[in-house]
Amino acid sequence: MKYNSYRSEKIAFTILFAATFLVVLPVIFIILMIIQKGYSVISWEFLFTMPAKGMREGGIWPAIVGTLYLVLGTLIFALPLGVLSAIFLTEYAKNNALTRLVKLAIINLAGVPSVVYGLFGLGIFVMFLKFGASILAGSLTLAIMVLPIIITTTKEALESVPQSFREVSLSLGTSKWETIRFSVLPYALPGILTGVILAVSRAAGETAPILFTVAAFYLPKLPESVFNQVMALPYHLYVLSTQVPNVDIRLRYGTALVLLMLVLSLNLMAIVVRAKFRKKKKW
Amino acid sequence: MVEGQIKIAANNLEIWFGQIHALKSLSIAIHEKEILGVIGPANSGKSTFLRSLNRFNDLDPHFRFQGSLRLGGKNIYKDIPVGELRKRVGMVFALPVPLPLSIFENVVYGPRRHGIKQKSVLEGIVEKTLQEAYLWEEVKDRLHISAMKLSGGQQQRLCLARTLAVEPEVILYDEPCSGLDPISTAKIEEAMRRFRKRYTQVLVTNNTKQAARVSDRTAFFLMGEMVELDQTGRIFTFPKDQRTNDYISGRFG
Repeated sequence: MKYNSYRSEKIAFTILFAATFLVVLPVIFIILMIIQKGYSVISWEFLFTMPAKGMREGGIWPAIVGTLYLVLGTLIFALPLGVLSAIFLTEYAKNNALTRLVKLAIINLAGVPSVVYGLFGLGIFVMFLKFGASILAGSLTLAIMVLPIIITTTKEALESVPQSFREVSLSLGTSKWETIRFSVLPYALPGILTGVILAVSRAAGETAPILFTVAAFYLPKLPESVFNQVMALPYHLYVLSTQVPNVDIRLRYGTALVLLMLVLSLNLMAIVVRAKFRKKKKW
Repeated sequence: MVEGQIKIAANNLEIWFGQIHALKSLSIAIHEKEILGVIGPANSGKSTFLRSLNRFNDLDPHFRFQGSLRLGGKNIYKDIPVGELRKRVGMVFALPVPLPLSIFENVVYGPRRHGIKQKSVLEGIVEKTLQEAYLWEEVKDRLHISAMKLSGGQQQRLCLARTLAVEPEVILYDEPCSGLDPISTAKIEEAMRRFRKRYTQVLVTNNTKQAARVSDRTAFFLMGEMVELDQTGRIFTFPKDQRTNDYISGRFG
């Protein structure tokens, strides 16, 4: 058969389309399944009351609160530290062997399995620093886990700001820090927020790092200080699914649905803020 | 032109970027309030020379230099803090780079960083500098729209106003009209001629005709060396060096 460009175009298109479709399919399937099996238990009571009768009844309020606290705590530690060190690495550090080693280490940190972070948090924060299993220990552990995400995205955001902006600012006699503060950071902000979105999703969804450092199996009350344990949604989901016999299956899917919605709405907030900044700073 | 006081003096200036010897043993005196045109083909060292005057070459980590460079008799590396130097020696770049801010905020970017907060003072600066850059009439009713909405030529005049706003003594132009329409080019050249009484100006350009039109003296650079420096009228009519003659008559470059 003779080569036919029309025909090869059609084949290529079909294969590429099919691949994309196969990627999207499971996502749609997961979301539909969770909604379909979980929506019926969602109620005011399910969201805002304590679990009861060994978690077979009642709500998941403490797990929602716990997850929110953990996400907040993670950002408090990881965001300033990550952004500031990314600024140093991109704008100040000389491009020498040491800097390259540090950058490599940060990239590799992103590949460490999350259970290893959990073990590390147990050793350092829970036992060595004697924070006990607590919101503080859990937040710090999660913060270390999401640091590479925040540093990498911030670095990329800073690098995507045109070099010419820095030159213009410097040429007007401003210091390096003023240049970063007024001519680089404002335009890197949307990119940094992308990192925040990724970090929030990761922190809210991970089970292994909180397993030894903060998560309570069954604790039907709200925490009173950062040294308290809390329940958290992903761990609660794991417990419901494997550790408690005779749980209504809808409770599991309801919990999964809440976790999904929580992460999505946190992301949505960041996306709205990001869109606002993008609209203002276009070049 | 009467030989004025010396504003900038380079003495045996040598510049390297890594292994590349970009500027070779340059000695030159730039007079107070003159327009010095600098012409030459690509890689002739003319931009390197220009960027050494406000220490912009320092931004390249491979930059090394030897020799001395003085502004008003003071060594720009030892006696003047780099921020102050760049305030006194402003620069207009080849491509207009407005920051993604309003026209107003672009002009007051420098003054704000240097501590001017009063609104009336800032407004005064904006009006004065935009007028000097021949842009005021076109934008006076829309100072708060984004500078990105202006045309390329307007943007370049805005960049000129932004440079003027920090009250420099010297203005460096790095091929300021390379991407501009003839009308904007004419306006910027007109501004340069008007500035003659107030600023010392150095104009690096690929357009030899532009150097002939506006500069008082013209220097010809080739392969990192200054081949010739003379009154503009003379260099374009009776160049002493054969290479200068070849370049300005369009035989190479």
